[in-house]
Amino acid sequence: MAFCDRHLLGIEQLEPAAILEILNTADNYVDLNRQTKKNSNILSGLTQINMFFENSTRTQASFELAGKRLGADVMNMAMQASSIKKGETLIDTALTLNAMNPDLIVVRHPQSGAVKLLAEKVNCSVINAGDGLHEHPTQALLDALTIRRAKGRLQRLSIAICGDIAHSRVARSNLILLSKLGNRVRLIGPRTLMPSGISEFGVEVFEDMRSGLNDVDVVMMLRLQRERMDGSFVPSAREYYHRWGLDNKKLLSAKKDVIVMHPGPMNRGVEIDGTLADDINHSVIQDQVEVGVAVRMAIMDLLSRNVSKEIVNGDSL
Amino acid sequence: MRILLKNAHLIDPIQDQVKLGNLSIQDGKISDVSYDNVKIDYKVFDNVIDCSGKYVAPGIVDVGVKICEPGERHKESFRTASLAAAAGGVTTMVTRPDTIPAIDTPEKLEFVKNRANTVSPIKIYPMAALTRERAGLEMTELGFLSDAGAIGFTDCDQVITNNKIMSRSLTYAASLGLLVQGHPQDSTLTAGASATSGKFSSLKGLPAVNPIAEKIGLERDLALVELTGVKYHFDQLSTALSLEPLRRAKSNGMDVTAGVSIHHLTLNEMDIGDYRTFFKIKPPLRSEADRLAMVGAVADGTIDIISSMHTPQDEESKRLPYEEAASGAVGLETILSASLQLFHNGSITLPQLFRALSLNPAKRFNLPVGTLEQGSSADLVLFDPDVPFVLNRFSLNSKSKNTPYDETLMQGKVIKTFVNGREIFGDSSRE
Repeated sequence: MAFCDRHLLGIEQLEPAAILEILNTADNYVDLNRQTKKNSNILSGLTQINMFFENSTRTQASFELAGKRLGADVMNMAMQASSIKKGETLIDTALTLNAMNPDLIVVRHPQSGAVKLLAEKVNCSVINAGDGLHEHPTQALLDALTIRRAKGRLQRLSIAICGDIAHSRVARSNLILLSKLGNRVRLIGPRTLMPSGISEFGVEVFEDMRSGLNDVDVVMMLRLQRERMDGSFVPSAREYYHRWGLDNKKLLSAKKDVIVMHPGPMNRGVEIDGTLADDINHSVIQDQVEVGVAVRMAIMDLLSRNVSKEIVNGDSL
Repeated sequence: MRILLKNAHLIDPIQDQVKLGNLSIQDGKISDVSYDNVKIDYKVFDNVIDCSGKYVAPGIVDVGVKICEPGERHKESFRTASLAAAAGGVTTMVTRPDTIPAIDTPEKLEFVKNRANTVSPIKIYPMAALTRERAGLEMTELGFLSDAGAIGFTDCDQVITNNKIMSRSLTYAASLGLLVQGHPQDSTLTAGASATSGKFSSLKGLPAVNPIAEKIGLERDLALVELTGVKYHFDQLSTALSLEPLRRAKSNGMDVTAGVSIHHLTLNEMDIGDYRTFFKIKPPLRSEADRLAMVGAVADGTIDIISSMHTPQDEESKRLPYEEAASGAVGLETILSASLQLFHNGSITLPQLFRALSLNPAKRFNLPVGTLEQGSSADLVLFDPDVPFVLNRFSLNSKSKNTPYDETLMQGKVIKTFVNGREIFGDSSRE
């Protein structure tokens, strides 16, 4: 097996073969999820805890469904309302939960590196559901699978990631994953939303949408957070939409069969035109959500196999 | 009491030389330094120490040590800081006023002086705050504080952003001939940042600041120094961008000096790795190019002073996600061993090193130490530059163990430390 880690903390640590193994496994789960009876018992008896220190609806729901469909006992913890408010540190929270013997912890945290810190302190598998501005590996994997299913391949594609790159962990994970598999990645956005050191990333950077979208196979739009469109990073939402919002006109520069993606939740009329988002000829935004559950099932499945293998081999946890 | 250190490699930063010789100590002072094969009458000495193969240098004068008294004695006390200093070859500590509360009145300064005198064999000279509570609003009683023994004035890492208050404080300090130490950073840019901007921080998703923040802070301060004529010392510079304005100011004859922390000379941002919080310091670790520029600037004398920027933090304040974790690293005990890396890799000579560790800080803060001159107090460090060892942070004397050099292979160890001719560290220091 190519993917043999205990945790999934980021794309950076994954070999291309491991990425492909996850995607292949996930393909099967897409099929399972389309059946009326969607459940399996692969994870039955295992306990999954979802710890979200940051608000999330779709990602948390996706992880919850994924666990339940595989037969795990899933518990959701709303961390914002809990003991961290009483002054407990992240490590103590981790140790407390660890003592309850979970098998899988899914963590989202507003600070970069926090999920790794937590993973060092627990005995079970940890999945990074987003840490600060660092990584969001499951999103990148589901994006990759969506692209592969739509395009039939996941290499030698020209892919544009557009918008708020600086504050996006989705952009970082996608950039790493797509580059690893041999695609050409372009970043498009205003200079205020580009991360520092961008010239050393080995990607093409564009400030103009039309020239950036020229002949691309895939366009990935990113969400622009409300607090960043009031003059702090861009002057206003309408100016942003005019220059960097994706509409049919700008999309004309891309290839005819271009697909349009968005990790959600979308701001219609800010980063993407509402009609375009629903255009089934280009938009694969709903496919991303569907595939997301399957990718998360595949990751949990593979991680649990990795852990049971460690036990068989005498590598005690 | 007469002591002879014989056959030592004597490091003299004033003569810019290392020479084999003998150094004798009498009544706490250096009574004689001889380099020739003069006949020595060993009988007159109470103690003759054979230093063959070892080096003797003026004791380190560490500027900007934080001793967490008052307020956080669980992180560091005068006693433990002194033990750490002695073990590190530091014979004089110039302390920071960023305690809780800040040292901003003569009464608080008196507490520091009392504690220092009762528990510490190390020479301790305190700095005091430039503004009340280091809040950058009202200047402290600079005159009274100076009379009470403050040798420098600084708000530490709190930058006075209001230029009117800053220039008035500097003017007043200048009128009394006082030395002010500043932290050259633009605090609107540094706010919230815990790393240096660039590829590393972008990939790690850490909020970062561009090194230009240091240059802006530096240029602002230089303009006000030029206006007011105050004696000014920059606590730490850390980026190549800062060197050109500093050189310009010095060549224009301005009375400015600058320091650098040993951490910025020996580590770079890549050492942070996977969010290792012991590497979180202020200003944040920089690129390798910046590190090399700083090493070069120490060698050519643009940067005057190397200090440890000793900042104790307890385990709890470091066992947090990187952004939340406290800044700072302990450094008293490792400053010499870490500095010797720069000697071993050929980027700096031993006299240059001790010019920055001992001579220049003593000169800048007007302290009668830092040399091997006859008649000056016998504050000395005897060390072996070659002994290899792996640092174990739990072996440190400091109460706080937050060193970035944990489990690092180091080369060079202090054998004995003398203050006023008395051995305060070494195998016979407990007699």
